[in-house]
Amino acid sequence: MIHFQKIGKAYGTENIVLRDVSFEVEEGEFVSLVGKSGAGKTTLLRLFLAEEFPSHGSILFQQRNVHEIPESKLHEHRRKIGVVFQDYKLLPFKTAEENISYVMEILGANEQDIARDVKDVLDIVGLSDRALHFPYQLSGGEKQRVAIARALIHRPQVIVADEPTGNLDPYNTKDIIRLLLKINELGTTTILATHNKEVVNQIEKRVLTLEGGTIIRDQEKGRFVM
Amino acid sequence: MNFKRIFKSGLEKFIREKGSSSAALVVMMAVAGTVLFLYMLQGVSSFSIAQLQDSVDISAYFVEDASEEDISALQDKLLALPEVASAQYITQDQALEQFKADHENDPVILESLEIIGKNPLLASLNIKASDPLQYQNIANFLEQGNYPFIQTVDYKDRAPVIDRLLNLISGFRVAVIAFMIGLALLATLVAFNTTRLAIYNAKEEIEVMKLVGASNEFVRGPFLVQGAIVGVVASFFVFISAIPLFWILSPKLELFLSGFSIFGYFLSHFFWIFLLQTAVGVLLGVLSSMIAIRKYLKV
Repeated sequence: MIHFQKIGKAYGTENIVLRDVSFEVEEGEFVSLVGKSGAGKTTLLRLFLAEEFPSHGSILFQQRNVHEIPESKLHEHRRKIGVVFQDYKLLPFKTAEENISYVMEILGANEQDIARDVKDVLDIVGLSDRALHFPYQLSGGEKQRVAIARALIHRPQVIVADEPTGNLDPYNTKDIIRLLLKINELGTTTILATHNKEVVNQIEKRVLTLEGGTIIRDQEKGRFVM
Repeated sequence: MNFKRIFKSGLEKFIREKGSSSAALVVMMAVAGTVLFLYMLQGVSSFSIAQLQDSVDISAYFVEDASEEDISALQDKLLALPEVASAQYITQDQALEQFKADHENDPVILESLEIIGKNPLLASLNIKASDPLQYQNIANFLEQGNYPFIQTVDYKDRAPVIDRLLNLISGFRVAVIAFMIGLALLATLVAFNTTRLAIYNAKEEIEVMKLVGASNEFVRGPFLVQGAIVGVVASFFVFISAIPLFWILSPKLELFLSGFSIFGYFLSHFFWIFLLQTAVGVLLGVLSSMIAIRKYLKV
């Protein structure tokens, strides 16, 4: 489904972040990208979202090179992906409900569908009673659940989560991972970038370990080994 | 459907983002105020220039035995010229009456008139040009035409005054236009920079919108709507505040601008003023948002 082919990324001549990284992600798979801070996990995800261009190599998503998509069509690529960020990145002046429905609005969904689906995902993430709260009125865990609901509402083909538990306590961390696993079980391909050892070991799914910009380990049902 | 959502989103931004909306509103009110000021300044300067122009004229004086028919025929010819705004016939008697009225506190002159024993003043046509530049042409018309009943045309005596007036008017016009352009540019720059700052503050928000799949139109739209709303609201507030302001100031300003009521001018032009203020506000709000947001859309 997703092919990373000899991806290299350097900022200037000195700062080489990724060196010939190649791997594939199958449909419905759950892949954890692990490694220390600066290993290149976030850069890989940013490249997949076409936020950045690689220095060399290509990323094929459904047989299409994502970096050959014209800027005017990039939104179509991104609508196939649900993104969860470490710092939540909720729209500050929209309520939880509006943050989630925003994704459906840009897809042109009608009001009834939006109302129904938003209610459903709020139930899934356990935030039905916080629907009308603004991000500043929510805790970290609640914000991240809103972010997951936003990533999930339009039934994307892939969910990309970049350190989604980075700012959360162990209780909320467990909750978020449980949610991501649940989404994956429903068939959504999931890529999780994390440096949280306990999280990875708890998941028991495929683990790709990045170090110094290269993949040093690719294990089925792997564990975090550094 | 999308336009409705974009509009709703822009309205929400305006209402909820109180900080950036207030800052933009204050700046846009200053811009709308500037538009209003410039409009009124244009009115005052036009009035002043018209008054200055009205203060000069030339006269053609007729020989004593000139017939009323000849003078009337000449008056008709003059009025048919596009260069002539008015040509008023002043008979010998009217000239004398005016002279006496002008010198009613000068017994020596009045006594001299009585000693002469007859009316020494000549009948004349008092001519005002539609443009002060045309006095020379009118004088040529009178002097070079075959009008033996004209004794003299006083253009040569008036020419230095007319020239000074022309210089004054053109200098005044240039100063007013330069001031208007400078102020308009300043207002535009301030408005543009405020919008740029507001959009810079929203750059993360824009990035998120792009990453969750919003098209450029969907990201840009609410910012443009917010800019337009700011323009309309600012224009409305300034317009409403201007009503009592001009009502209070009008009598005071009339002391300096005799015959010009600033409140009356405002009322008679209120539709155009409001339209211009709103158009400038909306255009500036929308354009500056459109320009400022461009670079943040490249995510």
